Amino acid sequence: MDVRTMTKKYVGQRITRNEDPRLLTGQALFTDDVHLPGMLHAAFLRSDYAHARIKRIDTSKALERPGVVAVYTAADMGDFWKPGPLLVPPPTAVPGAVFHKRTQIPLAKDKVRHMGEPIAVVIAESRYIAEDALEDIEVEFEPLPAVVGLEEALSPDAALVHDDLESNLAAHVIQEKGNYEEAKAKADVILQRRIVVDRGAAAAMENRGVVVNWDDKAQELTVWDTTQAPIPLRNGLAAMLGLSEHQVRVIAPFVGGGFGPKIMMFQPEEVLLPWASMRLKRPIKWIEDRRENFLATTQERGQIHDVEIALTKDGRILGLKDVFIHDTGAYDPYGMTVPLNTQCHAVGAYDIANYYTEVKMVFTNKMIVTPVRGAGRPQGIFVIERMLDLAAKELGLSPIEIRKRNFIPPDKFPYEHNIIDQAFAPLIFDSGNYPAVLEKAAAMINYEYFVKEEQPRLRAEGKHVGIGIVSFIETTGVGPYEGARITVGASGKVNVVTGVGTQGQGHFTSFAQIVADQLGVDVRDVHVVTGDTAQFHWGTGTFASRGAVVAGNAIHAAAVKVRAKILQWGSKLLDVPEEELELADGKVRVADMPEKAISLGELAVIANPLRGTVEPGTEPGLEATDYFGPQYGATANGAHAMILEVDPETMMVEIKKYVAVEDCGTVLNPLILEGQIQGGLSMGLGNAYYEKLEYDNNGQLLNASLMDYLLVRSTDMPKQIELGHEETKSPLNPIGSKGVGEAGAIPVPSLFAQALENALADYNLEITEMPLSPNKLYEMVYKK
Amino acid sequence: MALHRITVTINGEVELVDVPSHMTLLQMLREKLALTGTKNGCAAGECGACTVMLNGEPVNSCLVLAAECDGAEITTVEGLKKNGQLDPVQQGIMEAGGVQCGFCTPGVLISARALLDRNPTPSEADIKAALVGNLCRCTGYFRIIEGVKRAAKIQEAAKEEMTYGIG
Repeated sequence: MDVRTMTKKYVGQRITRNEDPRLLTGQALFTDDVHLPGMLHAAFLRSDYAHARIKRIDTSKALERPGVVAVYTAADMGDFWKPGPLLVPPPTAVPGAVFHKRTQIPLAKDKVRHMGEPIAVVIAESRYIAEDALEDIEVEFEPLPAVVGLEEALSPDAALVHDDLESNLAAHVIQEKGNYEEAKAKADVILQRRIVVDRGAAAAMENRGVVVNWDDKAQELTVWDTTQAPIPLRNGLAAMLGLSEHQVRVIAPFVGGGFGPKIMMFQPEEVLLPWASMRLKRPIKWIEDRRENFLATTQERGQIHDVEIALTKDGRILGLKDVFIHDTGAYDPYGMTVPLNTQCHAVGAYDIANYYTEVKMVFTNKMIVTPVRGAGRPQGIFVIERMLDLAAKELGLSPIEIRKRNFIPPDKFPYEHNIIDQAFAPLIFDSGNYPAVLEKAAAMINYEYFVKEEQPRLRAEGKHVGIGIVSFIETTGVGPYEGARITVGASGKVNVVTGVGTQGQGHFTSFAQIVADQLGVDVRDVHVVTGDTAQFHWGTGTFASRGAVVAGNAIHAAAVKVRAKILQWGSKLLDVPEEELELADGKVRVADMPEKAISLGELAVIANPLRGTVEPGTEPGLEATDYFGPQYGATANGAHAMILEVDPETMMVEIKKYVAVEDCGTVLNPLILEGQIQGGLSMGLGNAYYEKLEYDNNGQLLNASLMDYLLVRSTDMPKQIELGHEETKSPLNPIGSKGVGEAGAIPVPSLFAQALENALADYNLEITEMPLSPNKLYEMVYKK
Repeated sequence: MALHRITVTINGEVELVDVPSHMTLLQMLREKLALTGTKNGCAAGECGACTVMLNGEPVNSCLVLAAECDGAEITTVEGLKKNGQLDPVQQGIMEAGGVQCGFCTPGVLISARALLDRNPTPSEADIKAALVGNLCRCTGYFRIIEGVKRAAKIQEAAKEEMTYGIG
């Protein structure tokens, strides 16, 4: 059944997803569902210490256990043991920048640097046997003091995470736009605050996993992996194992949520097991358990900011100074992506002429930090939105007014910031209408009415109700590029292959919508393949809210080419100029004479003849490949607002109403877009009030289970949510889209803080840290 | 290792299975019967991804020993679609956009089916309470809750149609 409405366009339509029938019936293949004959199972011995020297490892008893096939330590790996690559370049684009590359290793050799770091792997006939054999391995440790706190990490007497460095400083980057000190000298109001954001987990419902199979007869390696980046993983494995890229096939099948950590490469497990499979000539499976996911899957958010904002008495920002420490954990394979994002988002949606930002990135004895949905952006937004709120209080302005006085005006785009972004390109905001978005959110939450009428009435009844409203921006859709190949088959069905992986973003549908519009076919006849390097082998991956923008536009470009081929063939065969043809109902036909038509399936056969001659310069079939790389990333924006009620005895919070207005340019499918925002919002709420990884002074993670680390549940979500949309198309890509995958999560902690302060106005609360919890809030209110 | 021979009815089919004492129902489904639709998210009863219906009640199959299930009737996600027709909970959640990565979906569907079996006209609070044991990291639950509301309507409409058919 064709699901378009009368507009005959799929892009922009709220249609159900092509992939859902498989996901709803248990037929979708996830990595853990791969079962191969003769398959072995792996289990990893992980460090209980956050920081310790390894004096001795004895695996002999484990090897004696029946059913154990192999046990490997770093010593067994020979030349294959080496630190992973730096995934993004060092920040050399910034003059004076310091960066020390210390990337993760497959198995700890002399020393362990975080709890959960793998030391040995057991490969056995079953996971039970492998896990039991872990207990047989003897490791003699010499415990070392753990580096846990961010400031403590920089203290001169701190233990060293990496002995060959002089300190735990991993990187130091200063960026300045204008001159903050000069601006400060002219200011009427200067506010200084310390702002702290702590760590959380991505906690995808599917843990990580790898199934590997070295086929010795075909000399081919197949890897099913829960990765967000199958192609770079394939390239890396081929290089490490001395194979050609065509001997390695990486498949990212259905992946049960990514949120960032699954873009991290090359995880120790996904490097070791292919190597082991080649040695043992047997398939091997490893599926992370939930505890391992907490200990050994990358995490994010730990930063301490010392912020200063300088304003005029009418609330105009003259300058902002932000000096912060960023925790990269035990290693820094992801370079400075996260702290650079923070630097680029601490300016928010505002026209700030003078900005000084300085980051010291530190090594600690905790799990490695790499992007988690938001990737440094929520911290930056928390800093600027909090400072604006505090300034508004100081100056007696409303939160809306102070933001309106500082927005980048709509006529000032593209807006150059004169600092560099995570891609080491100048930070430029391409487009937007920030005041309109904020006004829409204010209208939807009924801000004026609530503050003037409803809140006083409810307060008189003794209810602690509060309202909040914030703005934010999100840099998205970064390069370098993605590609796609589109083929019309003899059945008339269209096959689309692209390199990005998919973890629930609805790519099988949104990409199909783009193609169906170009080729005039039913969206259900467009079959999309993602994440299989045997199908398409150029590309980078799904991260930084870029799938729909970068891969979407590559698919659009390839579809335009196939359309041109169809029109060319149609014109020739129907003997009509191309301008008089249309593509509709799976046919190319004469617009004024729809019965004069050829189906795309027939055309595909004619374009790929069995006999005869082919004209020089033509290609067989109805197929095209194309690529898209944006000049720079598109910047989305939004405004969120909420009304909440706090029970001052228990500090339980009920969100009465939530409003999210987004501008992500052209919307491909509102059903998918809204799901992304609502899901992001739930993660943002977790970051604000429920989720925090608790490391003790010894670097022990105290809440490594879903019983102790609280994800937002169905009963924690707002009672009511309304979504609004403003659209300024990005000029940077033909579709006009901007990314939205992380947007929902970014503004929530800052919004939650503002609304809580408003609800607890009697207590004169000032919230400068996240995440909070009911306990923490109770202490803040009553034990000042 | 002691093996227990059990007879279970799974999605309407009678199966005879030999299971070791320590094997969970989840492992039996996934590893012995290749019913991989049911997912393992924590193996500790904390996430609900492995929810299946055991004698009409939703349970975390990672917390049930397979050997305990002798004579039991089990419904998994693979058993919801009948005669080529999606179950109202599948249809409703699809229409509402309640699936993203799909990993929690099988457990959510079983919890929702169990709810509608005992309460065909649930309130929003009933739905939220029925789903409180099913963690979802992608959707923020709104569209799942919306989907269960739709499912109740679809089910109601189908019942009316049947009544008229007979009448």
